[in-house]
Amino acid sequence: MASECSRHDSSARKALEALARADTGRLLGALLRDVRDFQLAEDCLQDAMESAMAHWSRNGLPGAPAGWVLQTARRKAIDRFRRTRNFERKAEEYGRLIELDQQAVDSDEPPAIPDERLRLIFTCCHPALDRKTCVALTLRTLCGLTTREIARAFVDTPETMGQRLVRARHKITKAGIPFEIPEPEDWTERLNSVLSVIYLIFNEGYSATEGTELLRQDLCLEAIRLGRLMLELVSGNAECEGLLALMLLNHARAAARLDEDGRMVPLDQQNRGLWHREKIEEGSRILDRALERGHPGLFQSQAAISALHAQAASHAETDWQQIVLLYESMHRLADNPVYLLNRAVALSYARSADQALDALAMISSALDGYQPFHAAKADLQRRTGRHEAARQSYRRAIELSGNDSERQFLASRIAALDQAAEIAPAASPAPQSC
Amino acid sequence: MKYLALIYAAPGAGPDYGTPEFGPYMDGYRKATETYKRDGVMLAGEALQETSTATTVRVRNGKTETMDGPFAETKEQLGGFYMFDCANLDEAIKYAAMIPTAEHGSVEVRPIMDIE
Repeated sequence: MASECSRHDSSARKALEALARADTGRLLGALLRDVRDFQLAEDCLQDAMESAMAHWSRNGLPGAPAGWVLQTARRKAIDRFRRTRNFERKAEEYGRLIELDQQAVDSDEPPAIPDERLRLIFTCCHPALDRKTCVALTLRTLCGLTTREIARAFVDTPETMGQRLVRARHKITKAGIPFEIPEPEDWTERLNSVLSVIYLIFNEGYSATEGTELLRQDLCLEAIRLGRLMLELVSGNAECEGLLALMLLNHARAAARLDEDGRMVPLDQQNRGLWHREKIEEGSRILDRALERGHPGLFQSQAAISALHAQAASHAETDWQQIVLLYESMHRLADNPVYLLNRAVALSYARSADQALDALAMISSALDGYQPFHAAKADLQRRTGRHEAARQSYRRAIELSGNDSERQFLASRIAALDQAAEIAPAASPAPQSC
Repeated sequence: MKYLALIYAAPGAGPDYGTPEFGPYMDGYRKATETYKRDGVMLAGEALQETSTATTVRVRNGKTETMDGPFAETKEQLGGFYMFDCANLDEAIKYAAMIPTAEHGSVEVRPIMDIE
């Protein structure tokens, strides 16, 4: 009997963990549609999960676990509505829940779960919320990560992350952030807000800005999962495709980006044999489909650049001229000096490092506080033999860096310059690439 | 839901009285107000005298203390407000964005608390 119980206990726990990861978005979306209160919906879902743990440990798993949880969560909401002081103001939501519960009882089957995840993600990524809050909220509600897991990913304490989530739910409810698909006139901007939150999650995993671990694969995989979800919910959208392609193409290089000691390996020195061919093929295929739609956008351009890198046999054989043009088109779509910085780096390979340095001079005031600007400048100075200037630029980049692996990499570049100076004090300009 | 749109701007940031830009600017306010009334969202809306006319009042130990000037000396000053009745924040943001001062100053949108 005792062993029967513990067997049920562990299978209930496993089923609930899997359900939280796979179905939180669906369940929360479905609940929100009916209760129209973010905090209440999350609380009821939490209550229902706790009930599930107790019931399933005792009686084994139900036939349709997610439906069971939804029905239980609706009943928890009915209970909570009954206990509120201003009950009559929630009469409409209450009536609807009673009706849904009755339907489920009559049909003797757990309720179907309507897919409201698109509304949910638009709410979580609303422009009136702080970006980091959007990231945390999306990971919590759409990906089903626990507050503790999100806190760990962002090197925050669970308490701080918990407070951030509480404040977010409070604002959504009190400020009237709607649980709706945006109006057509706001669609592009709002969709972009969602896509940029997903890309933030990806980048947080890809190039952690803080902490010692450069690659946090879990966040990359969550972001790719969200990218696939968006494509499922908004099929045929070129920028959704562009984002997913970009993430797949960048993530394909993950295994080659760090050496055995966890140090960052620059693109030109990566072992291309370690790149993940299937991801590159999938990303390229999705990108081609996006480009055929004829609705250009920033994610598609970035994915196109990533694809040119991924498809090149070597750093030298990359189509740098095409990359220069793509950065120019991005700068036309959105005026941003960072695109010009990247264009300058591409130009150094397409033409010469001297021309690239001239191009950098034009954006130096706009990017003075930006670490990659000084790292790129240092590299170009090194390549054109301006070693003392290069040292100064590397030092400035180290000052501005927020990441150990990056700092180590930059320091190793200075050390290499010093070494070269000792061996050959009057060295001729350094070779083009190393 | 009810929302208060608080209109902030640095003195001198907007068009000055007597310049050619001033007419269209005030016209923008007239048009915005007409839209709010037409759409049935306008509950109130007023412009305030400049902060040099403000008096700050505090009661400490039952005694009323007054101070010449605004509560906080900031570069951007509260210059006026609208109160809207909207379905949700998206609608409130849409109406707030029609306020001409939003083009050089800032509009803070705050939901009105529902005292039960």
